Amino acid sequence: MARSTINRSEPDEHGHWGEFGGRYVPETLVAPLEELTREFAHARDETDFWSELEQLRRDYCGRPTPLFHAQRLSAHAGGAQIFLKREDLAHTGSHKINNALGQVLLARRMGKRRIIAETGAGQHGVATATVCALFGLRCVVYMGAEDVRRQALNVFRMRSLGAEVMTVNSGTRTLKDAINEALRDWVTNVRDTYYLLGSALGPHPYPLMVREFQSVIGREAREQILAQNGKLPRALVACVGGGSNAIGLFHPFIGDEQVRCIGVEAGGRGEAAGEHAARFHSGLTSGGGRVGVLQGTKSYVLQDRHGQIANTHSISAGLDYAAVGPEHAYLRDAGRAEYICASDAEALEGFSLCTKLEGITPALESSHAILPALRLAKNLSSDDAIIMNLSGRGDKDVQLVADVDLTVEGDESHR
Amino acid sequence: MSRIAEKFSELKRARRGGFIPFITAGDPDLATTELLLVELARAGADVIELGVPFSDPVADGEVIQRASERALRNGVTLCDVLDCVARIRPRMATPIVLFSYFNPLLQFGEDNLAREAQRVGIDGVLVTDLIPEEAESWTKKLREYDVDPIFLVAPTTSDARLARIVSQASGFIYAISRAGVTGPRADLSNEAEALTQRIRKVSALPVAVGFGISTNEQVKSVWRFADAAVIGSAIVAEIEKNKSDPNMLGHVGNFVRDLLRPGEDRHS
Ligand SMILES: Cc1ncc(COP(=O)(O)O)c(C=O)c1O
Repeated sequence: MARSTINRSEPDEHGHWGEFGGRYVPETLVAPLEELTREFAHARDETDFWSELEQLRRDYCGRPTPLFHAQRLSAHAGGAQIFLKREDLAHTGSHKINNALGQVLLARRMGKRRIIAETGAGQHGVATATVCALFGLRCVVYMGAEDVRRQALNVFRMRSLGAEVMTVNSGTRTLKDAINEALRDWVTNVRDTYYLLGSALGPHPYPLMVREFQSVIGREAREQILAQNGKLPRALVACVGGGSNAIGLFHPFIGDEQVRCIGVEAGGRGEAAGEHAARFHSGLTSGGGRVGVLQGTKSYVLQDRHGQIANTHSISAGLDYAAVGPEHAYLRDAGRAEYICASDAEALEGFSLCTKLEGITPALESSHAILPALRLAKNLSSDDAIIMNLSGRGDKDVQLVADVDLTVEGDESHR
Repeated sequence: MSRIAEKFSELKRARRGGFIPFITAGDPDLATTELLLVELARAGADVIELGVPFSDPVADGEVIQRASERALRNGVTLCDVLDCVARIRPRMATPIVLFSYFNPLLQFGEDNLAREAQRVGIDGVLVTDLIPEEAESWTKKLREYDVDPIFLVAPTTSDARLARIVSQASGFIYAISRAGVTGPRADLSNEAEALTQRIRKVSALPVAVGFGISTNEQVKSVWRFADAAVIGSAIVAEIEKNKSDPNMLGHVGNFVRDLLRPGEDRHS
């Protein structure tokens, strides 16, 4: 694969970034996807649409979220200054609200009264249930049984918000299976239902649309870092499940070729197939992340030799998914973004470090980006800055972390 | 003329409605699949759809999902399915359509698949999640090897898309009777008839109607306006129900004969 640095990243009219993306769906879904594409294109050109969204972002979500100079984490790394983009402070506690709010405005324009969504960690489900409460819409959220178990707090939150949470018992009982069920619901109730997909995944126009709604993260962060530090950061670091918080941060910086974009996938508990969700970590022994088609889009997919989708594992439900958003596949093959992974243990260590040193408890998803950010900072000068996307808060994970043996406990006593 | 086209002209000459059963390859195991193919042909199948099991069958209801899971638990792969067809071909002339999700085919390789399909005697390929916009090189490859690319059309398909789909298809057009996943429904919607009429306006290809058909009455009502009825979940459910019965083949055969029980309509 030829490596050349690109400075823009726009799909063609059918949603292809190079060979990635597109629309791989049952025929029944083409009509609603075309309708959605048209509606989004219209809305995108209307100032009224954006001003309504802008107002809700400010008054309802509490945007802009701060860019916080994490001085103790920076000192711990002993190099560049680490800035945290505080998406944990957005309403409902993660970046997922940015997308949910944008899409619900589209659903209303389209006259759809029933909203369905999938969720892994429950953050997208909570965000969707929240905007449905705000606008008085019916809300059904599909969630894998395994995730219902490990993210019980969010299940309770969704139900309190009036959403119906459907437990999915098929397949691996995680995010992938929740998406399958949501797609089956949509195919069946296509005329009155809006599918509010939660990451930069799925068939066109979702990857593009979700990116557009999440790019508010990077636009704010770019302004904030210029104001606070007087220059662009050396690097951006974000965790990558489907890839929405990462692409939201990266996208406004794509033209700034000197800014490295680094995505962190879930390294799970081992190299073998089924033990991680590191799609770019290719090779058959590691589960075989290869170009394939899953749930409507062509991208890197963890799968076996025969094209059956592989099992995945991550301590964080939100990163526990076999495919990655198509734009990330494109950026990586074009050499514009880099992808690494962090293990369950490293995520737990990041979780604990950030909590103890900064008084900020990150979601386990976001926690994957912390140790990589520290390592990166260490090799840069103290005049430099890096931005880490703190995509969500960790309240939902406290119980889970408490149940795990925290091996890093002692390491921090010298500080 | 392809074996599928020949079959449909034969049906037309005989003024007979066609019957297209679907089964998942490797459910409950590959040896039984071979026997089932023969039994279905004997019981009156005009074309058989053979499903390739996939881990994430988004277009399928629970019955076919479970069939896929059973086959995958047995480790059934696309190669196994092709071998199964190769073994059965000398004993059976009924056209076979491979019915699959895209990813297993993509991993096998477009060129490989088209060549192997022709070699083992597969007559058509239908890919549930491959729409014409993404299928150009794919259909070209299949044509090169004289395998019919079969496409689905749905009640939600616009007239503009319909024209585009039929221009890429050959063999027959598969009309989905209603928005939804596979699986039985008590009543057949009248969308199927309207859709069939829309297809007739832009294409001379035969039309098969499927999704949700499970009774003798429904089969007959499809024959009134379309060229063939596709029956999937109802047969797969029968296989599931009798999977540990030594006379499973007999039960499935009887179930099919009952579905096709002659009434005035099959000859109208
Ligand atoms: C806090 C948080 N961060 C990250 C993710 C991963 O999703 P994405 O890669 O789309 O940002 C999730 C998903 O549930 C999440 O809840």
